[in-house]
Amino acid sequence: MGGYAIPENIYHDLARRLPIYRKLIAVCERRRMELLMGTIKMNVMTRRMLWLTLLIGLICFAADWARAAEMVDTSAQIDSGNTAWVLASSGLVLLMTPGLAFFYGGLVRKKNILSVLMQCFMAMCLVTLVWVSIGYTLAFGSDAKGLIGGLDYLFLKGIGTEPLPGHSIPHLLFMAFQMKFAIITPALIIGAFAERMKFSTFCVFTVLWSLVVYSPLAHWIWGGGFMYKWGALDFAGGTVVHINAGMAALAAALILGKRIGSLSPPHNLPLAILGAGMLWFGWFGFNAGSSLAADGISVSAFVATHVATAAAGLTWAVCDWLRHKRATTLGVITGAVAGLVAITPACGFVSPMSAMFIGFGSSMICFAMVTFVKAKFGYDDTLDAFGVHGVGGIWGALATGLFASKAINPGVEHAWGPQFVIQLKATVITIVFSFIASYVLLKLLDWTLGLRVSEHEERVGLDITQHKEAAYTVLD
Amino acid sequence: MKYIAAIIQPDRLDYVLDLLEKKDIHLVTVSSVMGRGRQKGNAAVYRGHQEVGSLLRKVKIEIIVNNEFVKPAIEAITEGARTGQIGDGKILVTSIEQCIRIRTGETGPAAIG
Repeated sequence: MGGYAIPENIYHDLARRLPIYRKLIAVCERRRMELLMGTIKMNVMTRRMLWLTLLIGLICFAADWARAAEMVDTSAQIDSGNTAWVLASSGLVLLMTPGLAFFYGGLVRKKNILSVLMQCFMAMCLVTLVWVSIGYTLAFGSDAKGLIGGLDYLFLKGIGTEPLPGHSIPHLLFMAFQMKFAIITPALIIGAFAERMKFSTFCVFTVLWSLVVYSPLAHWIWGGGFMYKWGALDFAGGTVVHINAGMAALAAALILGKRIGSLSPPHNLPLAILGAGMLWFGWFGFNAGSSLAADGISVSAFVATHVATAAAGLTWAVCDWLRHKRATTLGVITGAVAGLVAITPACGFVSPMSAMFIGFGSSMICFAMVTFVKAKFGYDDTLDAFGVHGVGGIWGALATGLFASKAINPGVEHAWGPQFVIQLKATVITIVFSFIASYVLLKLLDWTLGLRVSEHEERVGLDITQHKEAAYTVLD
Repeated sequence: MKYIAAIIQPDRLDYVLDLLEKKDIHLVTVSSVMGRGRQKGNAAVYRGHQEVGSLLRKVKIEIIVNNEFVKPAIEAITEGARTGQIGDGKILVTSIEQCIRIRTGETGPAAIG
């Protein structure tokens, strides 16, 4: 409390000159008095919180009541093997977000690690609630003109244990599986604005971005939207998750500008390596789980994912070796993530040998992007969210068009030529939509709430200024 | 009473401590520090960006001795820390005004013991 004190002399000097400042003084004084009388203020706050809780409770109850009325027992058409695998996969995909948190957290400076971990964890909380209330229905509700899902699943109305149409897993499970993808996508963007974003604005951004950018795009490609109708292939989210997050990351890096202060090296590479390991592990759920069944395609996706990642990790290490005479640990984990990103859209459609090539290509392209292009243009994409996820995602989406094979997955409708054109169109539209929508959203938030912390806060570090905590103590 | 501070290469610390122990010098404080001299820092590469670190890791040893132990202490540190390479470090010797043992309140040379 009491942070509102204003240097009296400056203030009254201005007031003497301009009448409008008199009004400002009055407002600030009133605010100060309110803060001084903390108890009265608290009572009002408590009452508001109680009303809010009651309101949320009522909404939940009403939504639940509507849902229960429609639930029917159809456990007969549910396949227990498929359900078990997708359940496990959902858990694996959720684990990727804390994995990402450590991957990013180890790479920032000591004073900011908690802020990154906190943003990832908060994304898990916020997006879950947004997804079950509105996000899911916007993405997977009944199609409206190919652009957005209808409101038929608002607050999960009508989603129960009945099988998902065309599959043998419960609809509720599909919703939960998709939720984990919705969570990690905004968390990926954190890499671009790490070390300088205001926490409050981050929360608002994550909620709005999830609704305005993620849900529509998920609808276009997976939920029956126009790209789905074209036959665009995105097995596990190369377009929806990675290009999308990568373009938003570029927009964020451009709007926020460079960090200030000396940019020290990663403060804890072992944490980053632990995080990358968790990502690789979780990615099996992400990719192999996306067939929504424990079948041959799922196994094929599993193997492709693994092979591409190994190839990409090795390729980056070799690039480092050739250019800097040493293979670096940060290089090999960055390469592995680039491989995981690139194989994501392709994993259920390509052979292991194609996967190897996709992984190899991804590391080459991302290495060039991060080493040369970023240095040339000078934007501060702190942890290369665009350089790895955006660029790797674009390569993966296009490579899917080149390597998708009917022999691996009968769902591939087109020959490689027309398929490549479809992939190209889908990729370009995603790039343009995601960049512009994210840019506008970030700009609006910048004007209203402010995106960036003050210079002083940035120098002190986000852990202390945004969360009043420190990750490491000096003594004991 | 003298205060000896030595900045040495981190990997020579064990030798120096051994030699000090042999010369009956027990009062030692060690800290991990960063510093630089003429040889500059190590170059590191992070995601393809070459960075020349401006500081190197060093170890700082602080010893308080009575006058007759100054020479043995300097010998021990020099012998233990010398590699002949650039960056072996420095030994600084200064006089101190007073030394007090907290437990007993003893002062002067007796407090060092």
